Amino acid sequence: MAEIVVSKKACTVNPLKMSAPIGAALAFLGMERSLPLVHGAQGCTAFGLVLFVRHFRETIPLQTTAMNEVTTILGGYDNIEQALVNIHKRANPGLIGLVSTGLTETKGDDVEGFLKDIRARHPELAGMEVVFVSAPDFTGTFQEGYGKAVAALARRFARPSRVRRPWQVNILAGSHLSPGDVEAIRELVESFGLTPIMLPDLSGSLDGHIPETFLPHTLGGTPLEGARSLGESAATLAIGEHLREAAEAIAAQAGVPYQLFDRLTGLAASDAFVAALARIADCDPPARVQRERSQLQDAMLDGHFHFSGTRIALAAEPDLLTGLAHLFAELGAEIHAAVAPAPTPGLATLPCATVTVGDLEDFEHLATTPSPDAWGDERTAELLVCHSHGRQAAARLGLPLYRVGLPVFDRLGAAQRVSVLYRGTRQVIFDVANLILEAREHDAHDPSATAHSTPAATAARPGRAAAVPGGALPGGSATGQGPTGAPAAAVVAGA
Amino acid sequence: MSALKETIAAVFDEPACAHNRAKDDKARKAGCKKPLAPGAAAGGCAFDGAKIALQPVTDVAHLVHGPIACEGNSWDSRHVHSSDSLRYRTAFTTDLNEFDVIYGGEKRLYRAIEEIVAKYRPPAVFVYQTCVPALIGDDVAAVCKAASARLGLPVIPIEAPGFAGSKNLGNKLGGEALLDHVVGTREPERTTATDINVIGEYNVVGEFWQVKPLFDELGIRVLATFTGDSRYHDLACSHRARAAIMLCSQALINVARKMEERYGIPFFEGSFYGIGDTSDALRRISRLLVERGGPADLPERAETLIAREEARAWARLEPFKARLQGKRVLLFTGGVKSWSLVAALQEVGLEIVGTSMRKSTASDRQKVIEIMGGDAHVFDELPPREMYRQLKEARADVMLSGGRSQFVALKAKVPWVEINQERHHPYAGYDGMVNLVAQIDRALHNPIWAQLRQPAPWESADWLDGWGGEDRAASCGRGSAGAAAGEMRHG
Repeated sequence: MAEIVVSKKACTVNPLKMSAPIGAALAFLGMERSLPLVHGAQGCTAFGLVLFVRHFRETIPLQTTAMNEVTTILGGYDNIEQALVNIHKRANPGLIGLVSTGLTETKGDDVEGFLKDIRARHPELAGMEVVFVSAPDFTGTFQEGYGKAVAALARRFARPSRVRRPWQVNILAGSHLSPGDVEAIRELVESFGLTPIMLPDLSGSLDGHIPETFLPHTLGGTPLEGARSLGESAATLAIGEHLREAAEAIAAQAGVPYQLFDRLTGLAASDAFVAALARIADCDPPARVQRERSQLQDAMLDGHFHFSGTRIALAAEPDLLTGLAHLFAELGAEIHAAVAPAPTPGLATLPCATVTVGDLEDFEHLATTPSPDAWGDERTAELLVCHSHGRQAAARLGLPLYRVGLPVFDRLGAAQRVSVLYRGTRQVIFDVANLILEAREHDAHDPSATAHSTPAATAARPGRAAAVPGGALPGGSATGQGPTGAPAAAVVAGA
Repeated sequence: MSALKETIAAVFDEPACAHNRAKDDKARKAGCKKPLAPGAAAGGCAFDGAKIALQPVTDVAHLVHGPIACEGNSWDSRHVHSSDSLRYRTAFTTDLNEFDVIYGGEKRLYRAIEEIVAKYRPPAVFVYQTCVPALIGDDVAAVCKAASARLGLPVIPIEAPGFAGSKNLGNKLGGEALLDHVVGTREPERTTATDINVIGEYNVVGEFWQVKPLFDELGIRVLATFTGDSRYHDLACSHRARAAIMLCSQALINVARKMEERYGIPFFEGSFYGIGDTSDALRRISRLLVERGGPADLPERAETLIAREEARAWARLEPFKARLQGKRVLLFTGGVKSWSLVAALQEVGLEIVGTSMRKSTASDRQKVIEIMGGDAHVFDELPPREMYRQLKEARADVMLSGGRSQFVALKAKVPWVEINQERHHPYAGYDGMVNLVAQIDRALHNPIWAQLRQPAPWESADWLDGWGGEDRAASCGRGSAGAAAGEMRHG
């Protein structure tokens, strides 16, 4: 069990955190013919827009109610009304995901009330669904905002049904999954002969494809008919602790039982998911899937040498952090530091002594703060794992950076990268092991990297185990760290 | 808020602004504030604008007082370069939480400033006000004053909360903060008769470094740039310049005009985009410096330099002329730079089939119409859908625009060159123009376009001719038939 330490600073330096409203907006970007609308000042939308454009390298449909100081104080009714009418006229989306911000929440706009009035005054908007999410910037993080939006979608669309489709499965896909991940999960579910309702489905909208024509809303995603059949599914499989609320909402409203997977990265974690699908489909996993499992086992054999005893510092949104920290620990690496932007209950299960709730200043500091390993050698981090904002720390410390999550704006293909299930896990193992190998090749001709252990040498060389050439400690995972947690999968029967 | 309101009103009453001069009294009083259309708006907020204008100051700590969205979603995203300190790339924010919103964020702000000073020892701290603390009434100016007195360094309030207006307004409010709190607070160690300020230059991808050597060669010293690659001290001493060049006029015109009023620093509006414009700017600054007591031979030396550099630039552009002759360009920029770019691109044989004049003044517009020989292809707005249609119908061979419309062009399979502030290549000065033309050439002549525009083999009607067409088409679905045909060819 990890102890959760909350940073007590007044000033956040180099934020790890992003805001809840744009997390909610991302969830809506995974719906078909959808257009997220952020209820705030122009900048609330513009910053999120630029962030997504740089990460996904796609046009991002995202609109604003363009609040100014007067409308903020008088209330945003008119702005929401005008925005809905304008969007209906110009883009005619099937769904608007309306997201509040710190600005309009501080004022306290009664958006649900506004929407009732606007609906009554504008019958022409009847064909356009509007789902509202309250997501003030001053509480929660990106992941939380995303979770709230998926929960709002679930509450809106999951209806009790007399029809039960035993071959249909709801897959709630978390914010830590790339469009590539979502695609891989969908293909796996389909390989069992099951029909997945992916909610949301970024693989349809932000996978990077060329549409036939210009569309002013999302290019794909969960169709609304799909969302409306959530209540007819045999089960809900939710991926990410932050989707628990959504899974519970579907269970409560439509009686669909759910199973929650805190991660899908790693052998045991993938096994749990595949087994769940096999149970629902009532058949063995397809031969190809079993082959992939075997391939992952082989990759673990090839890769574990490089992970063994390697000190890794991670900073990421809680559910992404959970998946990666467990994977690395399972391969024998030591989690030197783990930093999350906000505390969540799941963090306590991480395979390290402490999890720090803080920013990238904390991350950088922790990465270079020595702590003893199982042999009493004082060591620091050898590899950083973070989104692209970790690049400054990596440059200053001269350490390799494995870019994960969002935003990744200084490398291509972040949206298409797969890091879940057997094949995705295998790729993560290869990519990270290659970074470690490359860093060690750099050091191969540096005498100080392999010099005899002295306190000075240890202090001067971040990331090195001074006593062992190359820094690798064979069998380093045998002692000195907590048990690697088994992937949590709780089955909860629906109402 | 009333102080902010007054500042905004003052900023809009800009006598040096051509936009403003062209208006009647009533329109002038109403200000420039365009109401933003909810659900149909694009672009950043005033805070964004203030940050764009001031973040390039390299050695100060830029502290954003607000919830996480304002800094957490946007930091380290502009490619403005620094020749020394990298402090401006460190993001500082008070990351306000629920309790701060209820009880006020002033104490947290003060402690944040204290922490920054203790840990990072910057020469100054810029504190950016944002919407939420402005709404709950945090008095940023008072906190800055107290912190400044107790901690013994300048702590500058930047009052440009996002909801005050557009990005452009934010640029100006950022400029006002410099005028009110920074400019004229220190004295330079020495001055020369050729000290100048360059206003509205942010050193995007280091492009000012393509221009600065020209000044260096003429013996013109850049005392301060507002604000690309500048240090706090440079700006504090900038009131001792003899003359100023104002670039990107819509952004910091208030700074240029007020420095003329307060310190008698004459300025002119120039541009370093385009060969002719660069030469023109060098000529004018030389003449202006002579009027202000600079060396009398400066204009002559400038002419020599201009002749040499222009000849060199044209010689470097020569090989592109044949390759670019008659290629059609769709130009979509903020507008101010349009005519300057239009002229330059025409000189290498490119044909401008459309240009936007979104933010341009009447006179800029006139200039473009003159250069292009008519206003048929000058437009104010070009909605993405229309832009896509034009490109898809192959009305243009290449589009030049900002990142926002990048994917409209690319998804229409049309070459695209980035020309706004997120760009990756420097386009200022003589070298910059050559860079731009080279980038256009590379984009146009990249071999991908021919392949990308080819339909898939199975999309043509006769693709099965000679492969036992009809029978196969009848027996397989289109997709699997394609795969099978591919295999057959290999076999």
